[in-house]
Amino acid sequence: MIKQIASLGLAAALSLAAAGLSRAEDAHETPKPPEQKWSFSGPFGTFDRAQLQRGFQVYREVCSNCHSLSIPFRTLAEPGGPEFTQAQVKALAAEYKVKDGPNDAGEMFERPALPSDKIPYAFDNPQAAAAAIGAYPPPMRVLAKARTYERGFPLFLWDIVTQYQEQGQDYIYAILNGYEEPPAGVTIDPGLNYNKYMPGHKIAMAKPLSDDQVTYADGSPQTVDQYARDVVSFLSWAADPTLEERKRIGLRVMIFLGVFFVLLLYVKKKLWSEYDARVGIPAH
Amino acid sequence: MSGHTTYVPSNKAARWFNDRLPILGMAHEFLTFPTPRNLNYFWTFGGILTVMLVMQIITGIILAMHYVADTKLAFDSVQAIKRDVNFGWLIQTMHANGATMFFIAVYIHMFRGLYFGSYKQPREVLWILGVIILLLMMATAFMGYVLPFGQMSGWGATVITNFFTAIPVVGSDLLVWLRGGYTIDQATLNRFFSLHYLLPFMIFGVVVLHVWALHAVGNNNPTGVSVKSDKDTVPFHPYMTVKDSVGLVGFALFFALFIFYMPDYFGEADNYVEFNSLKTPAHIKPEWYFLPFYAILRAIPFTLFGLPATLYGLIAMFGSIAILAFLPWLDTSKVRSTSYRPAYKIFFALFVLTCLILGYCGSQPTDKEVLRVGSKVVLDMTGLAQIFTAYYFLHFLVVLPLLGLFEKPLKLPASIADSVLDSIRPGHGLPTGAHAEPQTKG
Repeated sequence: MIKQIASLGLAAALSLAAAGLSRAEDAHETPKPPEQKWSFSGPFGTFDRAQLQRGFQVYREVCSNCHSLSIPFRTLAEPGGPEFTQAQVKALAAEYKVKDGPNDAGEMFERPALPSDKIPYAFDNPQAAAAAIGAYPPPMRVLAKARTYERGFPLFLWDIVTQYQEQGQDYIYAILNGYEEPPAGVTIDPGLNYNKYMPGHKIAMAKPLSDDQVTYADGSPQTVDQYARDVVSFLSWAADPTLEERKRIGLRVMIFLGVFFVLLLYVKKKLWSEYDARVGIPAH
Repeated sequence: MSGHTTYVPSNKAARWFNDRLPILGMAHEFLTFPTPRNLNYFWTFGGILTVMLVMQIITGIILAMHYVADTKLAFDSVQAIKRDVNFGWLIQTMHANGATMFFIAVYIHMFRGLYFGSYKQPREVLWILGVIILLLMMATAFMGYVLPFGQMSGWGATVITNFFTAIPVVGSDLLVWLRGGYTIDQATLNRFFSLHYLLPFMIFGVVVLHVWALHAVGNNNPTGVSVKSDKDTVPFHPYMTVKDSVGLVGFALFFALFIFYMPDYFGEADNYVEFNSLKTPAHIKPEWYFLPFYAILRAIPFTLFGLPATLYGLIAMFGSIAILAFLPWLDTSKVRSTSYRPAYKIFFALFVLTCLILGYCGSQPTDKEVLRVGSKVVLDMTGLAQIFTAYYFLHFLVVLPLLGLFEKPLKLPASIADSVLDSIRPGHGLPTGAHAEPQTKG
């Protein structure tokens, strides 16, 4: 009986191992995005303000031509984000026009944007974008959370310990840096591009970034690598604007609960040992 | 809850009130409720679950104040809650991760019941009420997951409701009736929101019955030996309240780790993409707590009597939960605790493994290869799920009925107090002169 169970268990273990192996084969086709270092990873990670500001600049000058962001301008000045000054945000918003109305005459009108307005999209609607570009580019507000790659067993359990959760960031960074010439024998249809990290390697978006495309005021390197890091950091904040507050409160909560737990444990031990002594159960 | 406690409040006003509504007597019964003194920390999950239910209801009510059940606005309204509502990010993430934690706690609670035989006489009704709570929880969680209206929300709902078309004659009409239309649309979202708000209160009602039944029959305990004297028990308060608090705060630490540091760990990236009924995601899979049942649903390969395989899959999936309700009669062993059932201990481990592997199968594409001999795939994910689906049912329908007849259990301790003393000083028995039988413990 036990032998049979053991062999069944072995078969199960083998089959799982085999499943792991076949996954490794799949992975050989589309490489996993390499893990990058991000300032906001881990329990104490925070955003780098200057990086978020540069990332916004990359979004504004490059990505925003096709991708919507739909966050209010005011959030760019809020704590935990790029933290532009109120005046900067006000001036920035005023550079955009938004449609408002109807006014008292029943007419729609255009006015300069206010910090409370959402960053306007380059197109009137997704259909207009699709008509102009060929497809509706994914909105970028929560893109950093909407992309991932398969971690697989047992890595996904280990991630709880290491607190690795930047799959989306690593994936987008890898895509931005993954444009290369298709290997010999691979043909790419017109309108598509070869990307090392895209599942299936075919991506509709043309290589969006190139060196010296965006001029940084702070002297940071003007390379695709740096642009990608900056814009991915910015998108991380856009997707998770309360990250810093969350971790800050989290630390206090964990300390409080940890101390409370130890205290309760000792209260429990004392209470129970007093009871044991009263009813004649030896100490243990 | 019994309504006929002998408790008489000493305060005159309290006595007057208690004569008219014996709620103080009920509270007194709760506090003095005799509880086996040997309960381990697995028994704290009942209290943890109660707190989790209340927390889900409170956070849910607050979320409902801000959520908009409109197919065009739902996705954005959840983002608005996380960004613009004061502490909305905290409330939303507590609620979403709360569902996961609720299921972690309920599965631990259930496996504890399975291991220590808490479903056996006289706790059959208590156990069945628990199975009903599980079913209600699953319905609630499924509908709640649709509300953020991401890709996995909409497509999960599409796939699961589609299975109902397998029901003969009424299937396709039933599908339209469930969805309120031909596709997952405004009518579906509205009714799921309404039901998602209703069901937790039904759960609460059944939890009241569950606790009532518990107070009628008393706790089981790790030895499975019934309470025989006052020596075996402690008053619920303060001994169990403080122990439950330790468990609760420990669980809260685990919960807080995810709320504050990994809020999206259990989530699906695809659910951060707004639902698009024209664009199917690459892999549609339910939340982790449904995965074993999803694997069973997809595992049934045969068409029989001209009925589709999906119908049998549907029956198998609901059967895999419904069979739990018959457990008290399927398990023929008189011994409650698996600690004294050496053979069942192995089968129990195998059953846990089965659930885990089924969960893995449910998370993978069905055609993914598992075992290859040479160039031939001899086992794919469906095959693996079939093997373990078969064992899942064999466990209940063959192993449990037969094992009780053939297994030779270990010697049970004479009483709970004996087993407690024996664990402190093996073989020494009671220090006060009473003699405890020495025993071999598995």
